[in-house]
Amino acid sequence: MFEFLSKLFGGFEGSKSRAKERLRLVLVHDRASLSPGLVEALKEELIQVITKYLEIDEEGLEVNFDKGDDSVALIANIPVKSVKRSAR
Amino acid sequence: MGKVIVITSGKGGVGKTTTTANLGTGLAALGQKVCLVDTDIGLRNLDVVMGLENRIVYDLLHVVEGQCRLRQALIKDKQFGDRLVLLPAPQTREKDAVTPEQMKALTEELREEYDFVLLDSPAGIEHGFKNAVAGADTAIVVTTPEIAAVRDADRIIGLLEAAELYDPQLIINRVRPNMVRRGDMMSISDIDDILAIDILGVVPDDQDIIVSTNKGEPIVTDPKSKAGQAYRNIARRLLGEEVPLMNLQERKMMHWFKRLLSGEAQ
Ligand SMILES: Nc1ncnc2c1ncn2[C@@H]1O[C@H](COP(=O)(O)OP(=O)(O)OP(=O)(O)O)[C@@H](O)[C@H]1O
Ligand SMILES: [Mg+2]
Repeated sequence: MFEFLSKLFGGFEGSKSRAKERLRLVLVHDRASLSPGLVEALKEELIQVITKYLEIDEEGLEVNFDKGDDSVALIANIPVKSVKRSAR
Repeated sequence: MGKVIVITSGKGGVGKTTTTANLGTGLAALGQKVCLVDTDIGLRNLDVVMGLENRIVYDLLHVVEGQCRLRQALIKDKQFGDRLVLLPAPQTREKDAVTPEQMKALTEELREEYDFVLLDSPAGIEHGFKNAVAGADTAIVVTTPEIAAVRDADRIIGLLEAAELYDPQLIINRVRPNMVRRGDMMSISDIDDILAIDILGVVPDDQDIIVSTNKGEPIVTDPKSKAGQAYRNIARRLLGEEVPLMNLQERKMMHWFKRLLSGEAQ
């Protein structure tokens, strides 16, 4: 019975979930490296948003994808020069 | 003015040629005038899948080089006559014997005469792919529920966009419902989650396809076949009809429940 239950519930977590997870990761990587324009466009818009609140060193801004074993992270290093005076 | 549709995949062997033959035949059976073009230069295949290999005199290269008239190179189907014709690929070794510009001119000429022009693309992303997409208005991407095929499909979708072929539609081929049920094969919704493009159809893995290919008779004309039914549904969708996706899953689930209830599932 236990075997049956674990098959019933475990079965839905079969090898396809691994496939799906791996596929997700590899596609993030493929897509990001396929379009070098993507990171540039992302940078541009990040700068636009952030400069509304902070004064940043635009030259020093770095944006990268960091691919670990089972995750992909977007890492942004944004040197802040000063915080803008709140308009409130 | 007919539609020009390229059938492509990225990864090889996922069923482009089988799809082209069956959709073409299915559309002809629905009364459309159809021309199939084999753009897999050097690896001609669509002729044998259609069972027309013995009738070839001229090919695509003869046409674009002006060695014969277009009409002379078009091979009439055994069943549908001049309402379903094939333009075979040349068996030359020079892959770049044909240019994208020539393909564009060719498809423009064909769409004057035919309701549908289906272009069977070679695997890969090189010259052959560029030729195949050059004259197309829309694209059908074929994949199987496997990680490598889906990955390549994603890549192809990006390349199609770069070629200004937006909104391609997806056919998921060789689905094995019992494996999906066990959780050992990605389901339609899994693939939908990942690729996020319109799904045109789902075709089960069916060994009768091998039998029908042996005979050179596309399975779409076999009224008893499940895969044939899947292709007939897709052909109707191409004509704008709303046909629900074949629910491979539900039938099997019912089967599974029955087995469970009868205590067989142990
Ligand atoms: N739904 C299916 N069920 C079973 N077999 C299939 C199915 N679809 C295709 N096949 C088989 O898979 C093989 C490859 O199919 P096909 O030649 O259509 O692929 P292709 O994408 O055109 O390949 P290539 O990239 O080499 O041109 C053939 O033997 C075909 O009979
Ligand atoms: Mg092929």
